[in-house]
Amino acid sequence: MNASLSKLVGGKEGLVGLAVLAAIIFVVLPLGVDIFRLNLVGKYLTYAFVAVSLVLLWGNGGILSLGQGIFFGLGGYGMAMFMKLEASDPITTKIQTTPGIPDFMDWNQITSLPWFWEPFKSLPLTILIILTIPALFAYLIGFAMFKRRVGGVYFAIITQAIALILSILIVGQQGFTGGVNGITDLKTVWGWDTRNDSAKYILYYLNGFLLFGAILLSKYVLNSKFGMLLLAMRDKEERVRFSGYDVSNFKIFIFCLAAMISAVGGAMFTLQVGFMSPSFVGIVPSIEMVIFCAVGGRASLIGAVYGTLFVNFGKTFFSESYPELWLFIMGGLFIAVVMFFPDGLAGVWAKYSHKLNFFKKKSRLTTAAVTDSTKIDAGKKTVKEIDVTNIKGAKA
Amino acid sequence: MFGYSMADIGNIMVMQGFSGLSMFTVLLLMALGLAIIFGQMGVINMAHGEFMTIGAYTTVMLSKVATTYGFVNYYFVFAIILAFILAFALGYFIEFIMIRHLYKRPLDTLLATWGLSLVMQQSFRSTFGAKEVSAELPEWMLGSFKPTPDIDIPINGVFVMVLALFVTAGVYLFMYRSRWGLRVRATVQNRVMAGAVGINTQKVDRVTFALGCGIAGVAGAAFTTIASTGPTTGTLYIVDSFMVVVFGGAASLMGTIASAFGIAQAQSILQFFMTSSMGKVSTLLVIVGILMMKPEGLFASKLRK
Repeated sequence: MNASLSKLVGGKEGLVGLAVLAAIIFVVLPLGVDIFRLNLVGKYLTYAFVAVSLVLLWGNGGILSLGQGIFFGLGGYGMAMFMKLEASDPITTKIQTTPGIPDFMDWNQITSLPWFWEPFKSLPLTILIILTIPALFAYLIGFAMFKRRVGGVYFAIITQAIALILSILIVGQQGFTGGVNGITDLKTVWGWDTRNDSAKYILYYLNGFLLFGAILLSKYVLNSKFGMLLLAMRDKEERVRFSGYDVSNFKIFIFCLAAMISAVGGAMFTLQVGFMSPSFVGIVPSIEMVIFCAVGGRASLIGAVYGTLFVNFGKTFFSESYPELWLFIMGGLFIAVVMFFPDGLAGVWAKYSHKLNFFKKKSRLTTAAVTDSTKIDAGKKTVKEIDVTNIKGAKA
Repeated sequence: MFGYSMADIGNIMVMQGFSGLSMFTVLLLMALGLAIIFGQMGVINMAHGEFMTIGAYTTVMLSKVATTYGFVNYYFVFAIILAFILAFALGYFIEFIMIRHLYKRPLDTLLATWGLSLVMQQSFRSTFGAKEVSAELPEWMLGSFKPTPDIDIPINGVFVMVLALFVTAGVYLFMYRSRWGLRVRATVQNRVMAGAVGINTQKVDRVTFALGCGIAGVAGAAFTTIASTGPTTGTLYIVDSFMVVVFGGAASLMGTIASAFGIAQAQSILQFFMTSSMGKVSTLLVIVGILMMKPEGLFASKLRK
């Protein structure tokens, strides 16, 4: 039991990584920032679900999906449809031509609830749909493509096209989906007001726990035999196939799992932010989520969370202070990450963490380097001097 | 059918068909450039739309100069050449500083060029403003051509179509009838062997990429005749052009032409009978459906992988 648990979190180092992330999400941020900002962090953490799903799919499986926004959107719209139906009961909507249907339907001359809205009257059914429909959709796409050995670039382009189709469809079918504004004015879940401060705290923590659940589930998958196969498929797909494994089934499975995780993120997004719109479904958000994952380190689950937070804090900071600069920085970040830091923040950390005297690891470290880093911590020497001692140490 | 008489439907087909042709032209020119870059080199250039925008802004700027100095009637020829040269030069430069480091990681070129497209969009916005601008068209390009009273064909559409035919013929000659094209095809088929017989494959890559970008620049010049240009103009066409290339079968010139024609016409005609968004959705859905059944596209290359 203990051994499998330690394998699950990835040994001592993995445990420390998880603990630090847990401390940041559950203690430091809730204490450190006000509720408005915390709600914002909660929103970013819902993107982290997608980034985590991309670590599974892309970082470890080598399958780049440019359509994760589809699944984030399906999850988000599922939750939004439930909350919208609850917000449009016949009493509050009695001024409409047809009371009891969402306001945007009434504006678009729709007189009865469309059939596919019916299941969203019930919360358990809604949750079931959020967990199954995106995975089912992913299964269809995955089955059609992976069975025919379509992969790599073609898969990326086709998923992107599907994301475009879905976003155009949502915008175009205004009467059924709320159009370009999305589904707004969401207030309650089973009569529980999601907009006041205490609800925001509860949702933030719920979101955090679900995110940790997703990370642990992903870690479990990656540490299993399946995870090894996934890596093998990423690096030499043909060899895995020739060894007798059915590569396409593994790919379909990981794609469905990634879709499910993204959909949970989407549902949490709706709960915390209070609306859902097609701008979280299409091409641009889908690619942005890939960059969150890439910045964090495409193969690192925890890195994906930091990457998401880092890029989004950057986005908020720059678009508040220097809106002109933001696209330059975002674009530059894309280019720099791909060209110079293909392993993202996680790679930078792995490369330089031993220089910080944090864990006092002794593996592969020369004593000279350790003394130098102690000196950095003490802050008594300039960088130049340390370099000199470094060279001397190397010579000695 | 939909309450139109047969003659009406005939006329609608012809007119929508011709407005589809303008779109076909832009798509074809965009896709030709992409097909060269993607089909021959395997690089996904997400910034391709922005290279088109460069061509469009070049034309708009030149038309302003032309109205000041009074050579409006024939500036367009210069605009096409200048658009090509600028986009070519920038493509050459980008290949040198960025793309050539990423040939072994095709999925990463996609992300890096997406970043590039963001940077370029913001540069357009900072330089030319967020407002859409349009070129001053020469007088002979305005007006329309009326074979029967019910049919109305804009002359600028005919002009860009002729332009596209010339460019396509040029690409064909370059790729299949010139020394350079021979080198490009040799490099695609077997890079190591091509290098061994003395072809400078790095230079081939650079020129191929730059040429694809240059053609996108020409597409931009053609684009100004049918719509106005803004900083995000290129993003409207990028997914469509990729679909054209993939649908037609990468590395196949005929496939690119056929699928650009099919996609543009289907969208244009369907948009008349349904709403504009549903026309686009149904076209894309059909393409995705066909691609799922026939992943290699309409005209698959006979190359052994």
